[in-house]
Amino acid sequence: MPHLTFKGGIHTYEGKDLTKDKKIIDLLPSSPELVYPLSQHIGAPAVPVVSIGDRVLRYQKIAEASGFVSSPIYSSVSGTVTAIENRRNVQGLMTPSIVITNDDLYEEAQRLNVRPIAEMTKEEVINVIREAGIVGMGGAGFPTHVKLSPKDPQKIHYVIANCAECEPYLTSDYRRMMEEPEKLVAGLKIILALFEHAKGILAVEDNKPDCIRLLKDLCLDEPRIGVKVLKTKYPQGSERQLIYATTSRAINSTMLPADAGCIVNNVDTIVAIYHAVIEGRPLCERIVTVTGDAVKYPQNYRVYTGTCYDDLIDAAGGFKQRPEKIISGGPMMGFALFDTHVPVTKSSSAITAFLKDPVSESVPGACINCGRCVDACPSRLIPSKLADIAEHYDEEKFVKLNGLECVECGCCSFICPAKRHLTQEIKMMRQNVLANRKKKG
Amino acid sequence: MNDLINVSASPHVRSRMSTSAIMFLVILSLLPSAVFGMIRFGFYAALLIAVCIASCVITEVVFELLMRKKVTAGDLSAVVTGLLLALNLPPSATWWMGAAGSVFAILIVKMLFGGLGQNFMNPALGGRCFLIICFAARMTDFSYDTFTGATPLAVLKEGGAVNLMDMFVGRIPGTIGEVSAIALLAGAAFLLIMGIIDFRIPLAYLLSFVLFMGTFSSPGWDMTYLAAELCGGGLMLGAFFMATDYVTSPITKTGRVIFGICCGLLTGLFRVFASSAEGVSYAIIISNLLVPLIERITVPKPFGKGGEI
Repeated sequence: MPHLTFKGGIHTYEGKDLTKDKKIIDLLPSSPELVYPLSQHIGAPAVPVVSIGDRVLRYQKIAEASGFVSSPIYSSVSGTVTAIENRRNVQGLMTPSIVITNDDLYEEAQRLNVRPIAEMTKEEVINVIREAGIVGMGGAGFPTHVKLSPKDPQKIHYVIANCAECEPYLTSDYRRMMEEPEKLVAGLKIILALFEHAKGILAVEDNKPDCIRLLKDLCLDEPRIGVKVLKTKYPQGSERQLIYATTSRAINSTMLPADAGCIVNNVDTIVAIYHAVIEGRPLCERIVTVTGDAVKYPQNYRVYTGTCYDDLIDAAGGFKQRPEKIISGGPMMGFALFDTHVPVTKSSSAITAFLKDPVSESVPGACINCGRCVDACPSRLIPSKLADIAEHYDEEKFVKLNGLECVECGCCSFICPAKRHLTQEIKMMRQNVLANRKKKG
Repeated sequence: MNDLINVSASPHVRSRMSTSAIMFLVILSLLPSAVFGMIRFGFYAALLIAVCIASCVITEVVFELLMRKKVTAGDLSAVVTGLLLALNLPPSATWWMGAAGSVFAILIVKMLFGGLGQNFMNPALGGRCFLIICFAARMTDFSYDTFTGATPLAVLKEGGAVNLMDMFVGRIPGTIGEVSAIALLAGAAFLLIMGIIDFRIPLAYLLSFVLFMGTFSSPGWDMTYLAAELCGGGLMLGAFFMATDYVTSPITKTGRVIFGICCGLLTGLFRVFASSAEGVSYAIIISNLLVPLIERITVPKPFGKGGEI
């Protein structure tokens, strides 16, 4: 069977060889301070439930969800709350955060109240997931319990585990699948139990053949779960493209995956669901890949949320030379950092550091209308025209040429021979249009 | 300040392909035809090619210096224009005709409309048509050395017979770069394999042209005649190297098919019904003018709204 895919997309230098064979190393925070931004998810920021001076334990809730689309935050260490103030996050913004000074005792609080899975009702399971503070750990940080509460659960036909990991250089999901595949499958079964009519799909790119074999073997006795092999191409792991590749269903910007009868979750998110529902552990750790040609010993780490990025970089031996660019996440969608003194959050997947920065070296030239961006766009848009329109800020024309359908994947900027900043122009315009719409109500 | 690191919005990697790399590959692909032209028509053809390229580059640089703009000759697009123009000149064209055509192509057609990416018609073809209007007799005089005689297309137009093998290899009168179909096809294959040009434009162009000629010309579906029409004149050069110019062809895939069909039908129309034997240049230029319209009606459907298949 030909491997599943979508139209468009790009092939980049994968860079996964740096860390794909590096076993996950447990890393305790070395800086005494751990920082927990109150907004680590899409939706309303969490509200602190501790005050300065309080002693907190590991797995203790320090901030409560402030609405349905919101998520609580837990302390990953035991220690004292030393500040609730603005701290820098990975986007470079100062945001309200809880600061805890680690006492290195790692004393644990009471875990979440869970019963054997067979005895729990669906509502209880979703409630545990919500209480555990689980959000999409692939990068977007959408609260998982919201995803798992569609209008009509009977109409969910597919629960897709996003094991594509199409972002170059990242290997955190890959290592998780190689080392704890049974947790992934068990986590997927927990979700499947919520939707009677759903089939589970483990969607893996064909550059991970060992992983595909492993998962296939594990799923031999799972009638409801199948492994689907995807072509290796960026952005294969983008939600819309993944749903299309695995189910031939297509959604646009105005629809949710549930509208096409699908629910998509990232590998780490599903494992977090397993930890919460089976072991009662709230979300306060994740796998982070530290990689790039500037890093001395690229590595995959299991770290506590709140750990400073500097700790991870130090653990990886620091930099060979001063990097020109440090990215939180991968090179296609990550945030460039100007300060590495920022905390690991629920959705930090990697730190990538490069000796050379191709973006600052290339000078944008004139568009030659070559159409490479049109070929690469997974949303089937005309990026070069949209970027022109964005430069002139023509809202009406931007919407007419479907600019709002952009998924900001970065393919057009990557492929452009004139080195234009297409994604950036379109992204900014798109966000402005959406903000204006919100204002108008 | 030394320890500052770069910050920019994602993506943080770029593909290796650049505008100048694309232009370089186009130049490479034109080399078989150019070299063939030089061998067949001798030193003067080589001189013409050199004059055209030099005048194109100099015009662009001088204009940009005078206008206090950034000099963009490094993108090699002016070299491509000069080379294409030279390949479209008869070997008997004078050097100053080449220079005049080059200045027109770069200055009027390209730079005055905003430079690379803004021109609405193919600069090389613009330059060639300018020369045809100014020096009609010289531009259609293909006599060379002792060899005088009509081009195969003119012979065909009069109902005569031509040697197909000669046309394929290039033992015929014609412009410097158009005579050898095999050299042009080798270059075209290179461009297609390297992913520089889209097969849609040449395919739609040649197919619709053959259909038109088969239907409307007097010999009709005579295979030798159709093959001769395909190899004759500037059709191969036009279909693979001129019509596929990025700037003056549609950006959408459906648009490219429509554009190719326009070129093919117009070429057929000119060759069958017009007084001249050739019509590729005008067909492409007129189709160039239709590009904005074609692009407007062929905006693809986005993903999730029917455009995913």
